[in-house]
Amino acid sequence: MIRTRALWEHGVKTGMIGGISALLVALVGMVESFHRRDIIAEMVTMGQILLLALGIMMGYIAARRTPDREPATRCLNAMIGSLVTGGFLALLVAFGRLVNLRDVLVNASPMLYKLLTLGHSGIAGILLILLIGSGCGVFSAVLYFLPHLVRRVAIASLSSMIVVGVLQDLIRPVLSAWGPVAVIGDWLFTGNGLTLSGAISIVVLIAIITSVWALKGETIRTGYTRLSGGSRRGIRAGGLLILALVLFALPHILGLFLSEVLTIVGLYVLLGLGLNIVVGYAGMLDLGYVAFFAIGSYVTAILTSPELGFFSFTFWQALPFAVIIGVFSGVLLGIPVLKMRGDYLAIATLGFGEIIRILVLSDFLRPWLGGAQGAGKIPKASIFGYLFVGPQQIYYLILAGCLLVVFISLRLKGSRLGRAWMAMREDEDVAQAMGINLVATKLLAFATGAGFSALSGAVFASKLGSVYPHSFNVMISINILCLIIVGGIGSIPGVIVGAAALVGLPELLREFAEYRMLVYGAALVAMMLLRPEGLWPEARHRIEFHEAQTESRKPEPSPAT
Amino acid sequence: MFQRWKESITPTDIVMWLIGGSLLLMILWGSAATIAAGKYTGRHWIDFVIFGLAQGSIYALIATGYTMVYGVLKMINFAHGEIFMSGPYTAYFVAAAMYRSDFLDHHPYTALLVIFVVAMTVSTLIAYFLEKIAYRPLRDAPRLIPLITAIGASFFLQYTFRGLYGSGFQAYPVIKIFEGHWTLLGIRILKFQVVVIVAAILLMVALYSFIMLTRAGKAIRAVSEDKEASSLMGINVDGMVSTTFVIGGMAAGAAGVLYALMFKQVHFFMGFIPGIKAFTAAVLGGIGNIPGAMLGGIFLGLIESVGPSLFLDGLGIPAPYQLKDAIAFTMLVLVLIFRPTGIMGERLAAKKA
Repeated sequence: MIRTRALWEHGVKTGMIGGISALLVALVGMVESFHRRDIIAEMVTMGQILLLALGIMMGYIAARRTPDREPATRCLNAMIGSLVTGGFLALLVAFGRLVNLRDVLVNASPMLYKLLTLGHSGIAGILLILLIGSGCGVFSAVLYFLPHLVRRVAIASLSSMIVVGVLQDLIRPVLSAWGPVAVIGDWLFTGNGLTLSGAISIVVLIAIITSVWALKGETIRTGYTRLSGGSRRGIRAGGLLILALVLFALPHILGLFLSEVLTIVGLYVLLGLGLNIVVGYAGMLDLGYVAFFAIGSYVTAILTSPELGFFSFTFWQALPFAVIIGVFSGVLLGIPVLKMRGDYLAIATLGFGEIIRILVLSDFLRPWLGGAQGAGKIPKASIFGYLFVGPQQIYYLILAGCLLVVFISLRLKGSRLGRAWMAMREDEDVAQAMGINLVATKLLAFATGAGFSALSGAVFASKLGSVYPHSFNVMISINILCLIIVGGIGSIPGVIVGAAALVGLPELLREFAEYRMLVYGAALVAMMLLRPEGLWPEARHRIEFHEAQTESRKPEPSPAT
Repeated sequence: MFQRWKESITPTDIVMWLIGGSLLLMILWGSAATIAAGKYTGRHWIDFVIFGLAQGSIYALIATGYTMVYGVLKMINFAHGEIFMSGPYTAYFVAAAMYRSDFLDHHPYTALLVIFVVAMTVSTLIAYFLEKIAYRPLRDAPRLIPLITAIGASFFLQYTFRGLYGSGFQAYPVIKIFEGHWTLLGIRILKFQVVVIVAAILLMVALYSFIMLTRAGKAIRAVSEDKEASSLMGINVDGMVSTTFVIGGMAAGAAGVLYALMFKQVHFFMGFIPGIKAFTAAVLGGIGNIPGAMLGGIFLGLIESVGPSLFLDGLGIPAPYQLKDAIAFTMLVLVLIFRPTGIMGERLAAKKA
């Protein structure tokens, strides 16, 4: 009796989690709006891939979680996992056709049901969902029993095909920018989605590359490490040179729209690197970080905007003031919160951020800051007559800022101050006992972070040409926090990866933009639960998190896998 | 070492006292000027106070959830504002259906009961599963991690509800018997404000007696004192943490309905600002302290309602009402700076690492 229950228990449990996730994804409208984007033209859409991937994943997880080592049991659980996931959707369709759910759930539309059943009505459609569910189950079971290498190649090639399909808006203009490659672009893509032949060739190509890398990668890597120091340095220098060239040429390769996306990503990188110093290096969770961004922007606006009419500085004359005032306000806001730690600090800084926004928005400061209408006509920056007007020019301004800030961050990290920050992050009391001046160290962290933020605020003001209080709400702070956490707390490449993934992707995928905050929230929770060190972790953090894991797991008897 | 740093006066202390002193001076100056100007009559002030009491009692109910969770887990449940939002937002659809079928007008008490039950159930379920899925696996993680999780959960819930129910404002149906006003001792009071205040007080009494008088309440208090010792005493710590979330969720759901009755609308973002303010209230009363949170909530509601007119109007600030949130947040920061233990405080902000 107990034995039979245990047999399919994991499948049902995983399937229920999957089913609830599938329902959620469908009912918040994700499936429907992702359905508009074809991955393979006229065949598979992003919405379908989302659900299929969920079904397959649930089957796979069910198979893996099953404690029983019997292959048949695992197969059974994989099937059940996927089937139950599909079953929830089938229930939704069946129920939704009987009762009008739309009064309450705005996205439970006939369109959604049609999409889920692939256009079949009545019982046929519902059976089809269950059939697809079991199909996912079979696929996941097969995937589970494939040899390790084959599975890796299969997953890598299929997912890169999906990634290419998802990023079509990014890849197509890049390919068409240059004559010889434009042919490939035309062959790979139709107006919406990949061509079938294109998709197959990507799968085959990536499969070959990954299998070669899997078989020969070890030799290549050992070959690299065996190289003499000089030639290794040569390779690295060459790589850096290529990177520099690519960075320099990027806006011309990408065109206007993508350059605009790049400038936004760049601004977030600037902001992220600043917050990275406060949160990542010094370990102080600052949720009011957007305040300094606002201060930088508004100082620039006051000093340059003829609309406010106080001063008529140029951008370059205003920039140092913006940064200095930003640093100063960082210290000023830092002083009161010196003695707070952890969550108290987070809430207090959140309060500060909101106070600044409310003050800027109020009628009280309207004569100076322009109230809800903000201030406009902020001049563009120029160097020797080169005007930073459009995104393709401002890109260079932001790139210069990013490089400067990356350089400062890198140098700070290993410096005495950087080490003091990290010591403080680990344990304040011990750090103080070691002779670190907590007050000065904390204030320097706030000041540096605020300076970076004010710098990006100034660039932002000049880029937009105007400032509005609504650009500075608490969501910005949360976005920045999100990107440094997803990228990896304390890690500089992590910030860049995080910004590209969390800021760049939603700009590229308009369908995605609406679910941005939803996905951010889910990503934060999932990251904290599964991978607290981030996508591109800092070495120190990676060691720590895994140390903590192994330590906390030690007392328990290790579960049979 | 730490003690000495705390006790010796540093330049930063002086700066802090200067900030605090100037703010206090500003408040006194503003109040004196406002009263001298005589722009507001006694009637106005009474209205402000009653509105403040109603709003404050809602904050108080939400704040108990923060404070109890802080007590047992030592973490700020940043997503508590979303628990508060989820209940009334879901109950809106029930209320709207009852309104359309005239049930709301014919049986207002039953209808209200149904609304409360639906809202409290939804909020409770969300709170329960939130703890189970997102917080329980991180019980022993470094402090920053559950906080970040809570922030993530907060936005996840907000935008999930936005996706499910749509992004517009929904007008809560009006309950006719609570419209109009009563005259009490010569003072005109809006009926729904009385209802909000009375309901909130009843709920708080119920909650407080649950914590103080029942076995489960005693166990929760024991877990807040010392998790390990109470587990050695045979208390099911996980169960008590869940119970805490359930009670906090119930209080938040009920507070949400009161809020919706008072402001007559619901929105997916409606939990964010009240959530932060309720946290402020919890800190005001000393976090971890339940009666403190209740008093803190009422105090904050009063300050927020009376403050803009009293402190700022006299200083010649136009449209002072726009700054009421700024007053609440300034209070939060000031309390955290000068009296992190709160009015009835138990613990120190700086003591916990």
